[in-house]
Amino acid sequence: MSGTGTPAAAGRRSWLREHSELGVCVLLLAVGALTLFDALTMHVEITQRGPVGPRTMPIAVGAGLLAVAALLAVDVLRGGRGEAEGGEDVDLSEPADWRTVLLLAGVFLAAAALIEPLGFPAAGALLFWGAAYALGSRRFDRDPLIAAVLSLVTYVVFNDLLGVPLPGGPLMGVL
Amino acid sequence: MDAFGDLLDGFGTALTPLSLLWAAIGVLLGTAIGVLPGIGPAMAVALLLPVTYGLDPTGAFIMFAGIYYGAMFGGSTTSILLNTPGESAAVVAAMEGHPMAKSGRGAQALAAAAIGHFTGGMIGTLLLVALAPAVADLAVGFGAPDYFAIMVLAFIAVTSVLGASRVRGLASLLIGLVIGLVGLDQMTGQQRLTFGSLQLADGIDVVIVAVGLFAIGEALWVAAHLRRTAAEAIPVGRPWLGRDDVRRTWKAWLRGPLIGFPFGAIPAGGAEIPTFLSYVTEKRLSKHRDDWGRGAIEGVAGPESAASAAGTLGSMLTLGLPTTAVAAVMLAAFQQYGLQPGPLLFEREPELVWGLIASLFVGMVLLLALNLPLAPLWAKLLRIPRQYLYAGILFFAAVGAYAVGGEVVDLVILLIIGLVGFGMRRYGLPVLPAVIGVILGPNAEQQLRRALQISDGSVSGLVNTPFAVAVYVIVALIVLWPLLRRVPVLRRRAG
Repeated sequence: MSGTGTPAAAGRRSWLREHSELGVCVLLLAVGALTLFDALTMHVEITQRGPVGPRTMPIAVGAGLLAVAALLAVDVLRGGRGEAEGGEDVDLSEPADWRTVLLLAGVFLAAAALIEPLGFPAAGALLFWGAAYALGSRRFDRDPLIAAVLSLVTYVVFNDLLGVPLPGGPLMGVL
Repeated sequence: MDAFGDLLDGFGTALTPLSLLWAAIGVLLGTAIGVLPGIGPAMAVALLLPVTYGLDPTGAFIMFAGIYYGAMFGGSTTSILLNTPGESAAVVAAMEGHPMAKSGRGAQALAAAAIGHFTGGMIGTLLLVALAPAVADLAVGFGAPDYFAIMVLAFIAVTSVLGASRVRGLASLLIGLVIGLVGLDQMTGQQRLTFGSLQLADGIDVVIVAVGLFAIGEALWVAAHLRRTAAEAIPVGRPWLGRDDVRRTWKAWLRGPLIGFPFGAIPAGGAEIPTFLSYVTEKRLSKHRDDWGRGAIEGVAGPESAASAAGTLGSMLTLGLPTTAVAAVMLAAFQQYGLQPGPLLFEREPELVWGLIASLFVGMVLLLALNLPLAPLWAKLLRIPRQYLYAGILFFAAVGAYAVGGEVVDLVILLIIGLVGFGMRRYGLPVLPAVIGVILGPNAEQQLRRALQISDGSVSGLVNTPFAVAVYVIVALIVLWPLLRRVPVLRRRAG
């Protein structure tokens, strides 16, 4: 993303990248405005009991969000930075790997879409295998097997032992 | 007020074969989860919330308590052998424990930690038995203003005491409160933030929020920054202690709970602050100052004992006040059963409460038996391929969210909340305030409206009991904390 445009544009871009946390302020502002809008356009019926109606809390929360968005913006412009969270498997020295995140989100949505037509065992196995693949696992002998066993066992435990119904799909109809 | 009689009845519940089975499953899962990198106890309990749809409450809570304590035991194994603590409570264990492991004394470090957890857990639970009924008795007279004050305290404490930045904590809390607002208003049936959607009118289930923020958010965040080569764990033998080690540690084990219990019982005290205070105390009292930083065994024993003694469950059961992320998720589990933790729980569900407390003792014994001889085996879990670990987290998150109502749209909401959790981790917004906001927000609003209804809209209705006034004084103290922070001892902790 470097080397294009005038130095001024490049400078602006790097300023924006350094202050990307302002995006959080914009989101907070948007959610706050939405909450306030929803509360203010609410038709309060006569059923309201007591002096505090259903609008009070949303108005307070919405106003709070606007205030926090402003405070956070001030903090960021003054050089404050939210500290990214560390962890055992987290390496913050390298830039974020967006490809993996998008791939995982895609696999998750695909599994969600397939859970009703294919049933839980098949969709769940696809979710596990797909996620492991997205994360870099390439054992084509082992991965699908683990995925299938995990998904089937989970299905049986939830559906038959715990009594939490999951859709079996055509596959379980055959078995 | 015969707490020990109640406790004996509790053992009657806890020692039935089925309860023992749930306790055993809980401590096994908990230890595994604690050892496994990337999964904390809060995420584990969140992922297991769907079992509440099929299990009776007593069994479920006995299992959850086993997970909670098991994760503490297991978490110190990771800290000591890998130097990368998963749970915030285990940070201190790495400071002396890891140097010990590096110099070949890993076995002693693990033993000091495990026995520390056992002693701390036992003393902490005994204190809970002794104090909880008194607190519950006191709290029976609570009205709406008192409950609202406690919740305000929880909100303020969780945003101000934890984390580095108050404004980010507050932002997180408000995000949680907004999510809690979605759906029908409980008192008037008015639709709020539903935008005409029938799905949203039911509100967003707490399970989905907890799983989304803790599990999906964490998995995506780790996926974006996955270490190319996983850190190598130091191999270790069976834990044991020599006579010299015992002489150095036994006082530390006993001192830990004195620090851990009171701090764990207050909101946002959790286990983080007491472990650190215990560390500082042991360092000051130690006769072996030269060892500190290079593997002083007291520095493992004291903090670990403090961590397990934390009175977290006490304030959750007696007041309905969650002080840590696990307690918050367990509170969500209580709500799933339609139970309201608090003083009335001791009256209405004595079998559940005392069975749960008794099972804590059972769990401690099971954990000590599991962890001392089997530590080398548990340490093998550190070698699990990370691809399977995080794929598994996504898988079980999907199971949990789908089990809530069998709706595909819940999975989409789960992913969106997971992405919110991802963004929060990226920009340093703590997750816990959001979860507390979702869980306590709707309840706080109801108490507020009830209190103002009684006082006919006058704000004095919120401060008309001595207890409520006292709580607001504490809230004011926390808000003024930055000024109090100049006290030297506390500044050292921050630095």
